[in-house]
Amino acid sequence: MEVFIEQLINGLTIGSFYALIALGYSMVYGILKLINFAHGDFFALGSYIGYTVLVFASAFLTTHFGAWGMVGVALMIAALCLALVGIAVERAAYRPIYPAGRLPAVVSALGASIFLQNTIMVIWGPRYQAYPAELIPNIHLHLGGIHITLLQVVILVLSFVLMGILYYIIQKTLFGAAVRATALDRDTASLMGINFNKVIFFIFTLGPALGAITGVMVGMYYRQISFTMGWNYGLKAFTATILGGIGNLPGAMLGGLILGILEMFGAVYISEAWKNVFVFLILILVLIFRPTGLFGEKTAEKV
Amino acid sequence: MPEPDRRRDSRIILETRELTKIFGGLTAVSGFDLTVHEGEISSLIGPNGAGKTTVFNAVTGIYRPEGGKIIFNNEDITGKKPHQIVAKGIARTFQNIRLFPTMTCLENVMAGQHCRASAGLWASLFRTARQKNEEKRAIEIAESRLRHVRLQEAQNELARNIAYGSQRMLEIARALATEPILLVLDEPSSGLNTRETEDLMAFLKDLIRRENVTILLIEHDMNVVMGISDWVTVMDGGQKIAEGTPEAIYHNPRVIEAYLGTGDEEEA
Amino acid sequence: MENKHQTNVTRFFGSGQNALIVILGIFILYPFLASNYFIDIAFFFGIYALLGLSLNIVLGEVGLFDLGHAGFYAIGAYTTAILNTKFGIPVLLLLPASALAAALFAFAVCSPIIHLRGDYLCIVTIGMGEIVRLALINNPFDLTGGPNGVFGIDFPAVGPFFIIDSSIEFYFFIWLVVGITIAGLLRLQKSRIGRAWNYIREDETAAGAAGINVRYYKLLAFVLGAALAGVAGNIYASKLMCVSPESFTFWESCLMFCIVLIGGMGSIPGVIIGAAFISLFPEIFRPFTMYRMLVFGTVMILMMMFRPGGAWPRKRGGPPFTALLAKTGENDA
Repeated sequence: MEVFIEQLINGLTIGSFYALIALGYSMVYGILKLINFAHGDFFALGSYIGYTVLVFASAFLTTHFGAWGMVGVALMIAALCLALVGIAVERAAYRPIYPAGRLPAVVSALGASIFLQNTIMVIWGPRYQAYPAELIPNIHLHLGGIHITLLQVVILVLSFVLMGILYYIIQKTLFGAAVRATALDRDTASLMGINFNKVIFFIFTLGPALGAITGVMVGMYYRQISFTMGWNYGLKAFTATILGGIGNLPGAMLGGLILGILEMFGAVYISEAWKNVFVFLILILVLIFRPTGLFGEKTAEKV
Repeated sequence: MPEPDRRRDSRIILETRELTKIFGGLTAVSGFDLTVHEGEISSLIGPNGAGKTTVFNAVTGIYRPEGGKIIFNNEDITGKKPHQIVAKGIARTFQNIRLFPTMTCLENVMAGQHCRASAGLWASLFRTARQKNEEKRAIEIAESRLRHVRLQEAQNELARNIAYGSQRMLEIARALATEPILLVLDEPSSGLNTRETEDLMAFLKDLIRRENVTILLIEHDMNVVMGISDWVTVMDGGQKIAEGTPEAIYHNPRVIEAYLGTGDEEEA
Repeated sequence: MENKHQTNVTRFFGSGQNALIVILGIFILYPFLASNYFIDIAFFFGIYALLGLSLNIVLGEVGLFDLGHAGFYAIGAYTTAILNTKFGIPVLLLLPASALAAALFAFAVCSPIIHLRGDYLCIVTIGMGEIVRLALINNPFDLTGGPNGVFGIDFPAVGPFFIIDSSIEFYFFIWLVVGITIAGLLRLQKSRIGRAWNYIREDETAAGAAGINVRYYKLLAFVLGAALAGVAGNIYASKLMCVSPESFTFWESCLMFCIVLIGGMGSIPGVIIGAAFISLFPEIFRPFTMYRMLVFGTVMILMMMFRPGGAWPRKRGGPPFTALLAKTGENDA
């Protein structure tokens, strides 16, 4: 039983990564109907920026802010940088393409993804880089017989806090309602006085920022990062978005968590090698029986 | 009001019996009985949200009804797929015109002929004689229908580039190209000006006279309903509330109430 | 009065027919003038052309969002690889077999999900592609050789005397296959099948209401597209003499997707141009190694910005392809 809960916690940890990245996909997709392939690379870039801060400024930061403060600063810098990168990419690669339709936007997103991925490779090199060890003290806790690391606790707490904040903004604030309205019907929303540009600004700064924070967390958790990590995580996160139901933000979060748990159980009870096959098969089965995802949109097409 | 003799003597071409359609919690159509006789122009009217388009969608196979039957040409077609129903002889147009926008007008109308040909992969790849003949026939029929709706000049224009009124007629041409027994038109006069509406009415009356076809339409424009219908069925709240000749319906108090409300209702 | 069938192409060359002759001439002479390295590049251009044409059926003609097409390519390649190395079946005989294997796979796998709406279909195709690749890596039943793949594939041979084993021979082989494919696809475009596909792309509901069996034609597109990708897999496998899962990644599916979009959806000449871009661009910019992919990504974005319809968009209501073959000055048909 304990082992089961430990696996569950591992699954939730991975799931939180997917959930936070999936939020970025879901926000952009809901508003623009665009699969932002570059989003995975925002995540990767954030990870690398965090790496740079933590490796090259560690002495300075530890003295001024302490060990935990250093991590916090790294998170903030990564988040800020990616907020800028995110809005820059939107202006350069997506905004000019909106009038052309959805499929050209996909190509453009792929182009942006290639560009970012290779920028990372050019700056940091094609080899794996390693995050410093013991950024969070390597303390193992035993809570009620369940073994969990402090790092996991920090990650889970931070992730759920972030998800909670985003949930609150989207579901409970006026601006969140504006975002949701725009996702449902962009033209009417702007006729109602909702500033589309503000909504775009929001999703292309917050989404990438969340991705960046996730990137730093992933770096701390797995220690090894590579310039292709954006692709792998991006694909899983996009899967989570669909699993939860397109354009449904809480759905994306839940989708990510479920995906992480499924992946963990696939790895443990089937095999590490086949876990991704297992995950995709589950996804396909879900879609066959619930074509709009687990919590998906219920739009009836008016014929 | 008794049925006119002409109607009593012709056979029933389409009949819905106790048709029921439910969407989640909403019962859009409930226990609806409709009869359409061969060779007539039959109108289905009612206030917005009465369920008229839902009936159309059920009859043409886009929705599967939860209850009831649809009998067409003495055959039960309940639950059949749209393309099967077209092959059996029902063709429709849509409330919001649904053409193939980046294809030419000719190609749009040729779509109707798709179900009347049968060339498959092999025949198409190797241009068998049968395939060539089918292509020729399809083009001829499409061209003739384009002439019929006076759009032959626009043959090679993209459908999205022609005028709104022309687009309506193009959709009708496409439906006619399927060689239908029953033509089902959803608010065909919507968005047309007075002149275009009169042309449409003349077109439909001429169509009934010249060809072996029956017409069922949803309409809001009372001039059209009164002007060309042989029979009118009235819906409200998913149910039939009256049917009869246009004159009878026009003076029917229940119908007036459904459209205008009673005098007792509070001003909103 | 100016011949209204004149296009830029016909004006430049004097007529559509002249243009075709010149292009054909270049194609035939090229391998005799170039070194093996460059002939091989042209070979891979041909493979991408075939792959692009195969995806074009699904994505370009029908408008189905397929991002897992590399899976069909892989099935074709591995069918050839396994049946040839394990059972000694000749490679050329395996060409239709690979097409069939990929087609059957497509049929089996797409039937339950063909009704899914655009974006959901997209993720399912991605998933399918990944499942194929992962299955190949995991070496079930010791069939697929795992991450290293299968090697020792024979060359295609017609009888004991005519073996395709040189760069030039492979070059002509692939382009012959591409040529036949183009001829077939042009025929389909002008047939009720091609039109049905396009009707579905434009408006699925209207297509059904006009009498088209939407489900059937969507499946047909996938099956045909898979078959052609399977053929590409067969030829690829026999040229390289070995296959491994890393040639069939999600990235490959994305490249194929870009070929169709950059070239022009549903446009056969467009797809050829798109394939040229995808396969030749990295070669032309090889000297810049590190930076070429940056340029590649940028060009993709710029292409969509300035020519979202593709390099050579499908023209409707304009001169049919055959009219391009008319000599200058000939009257309209």
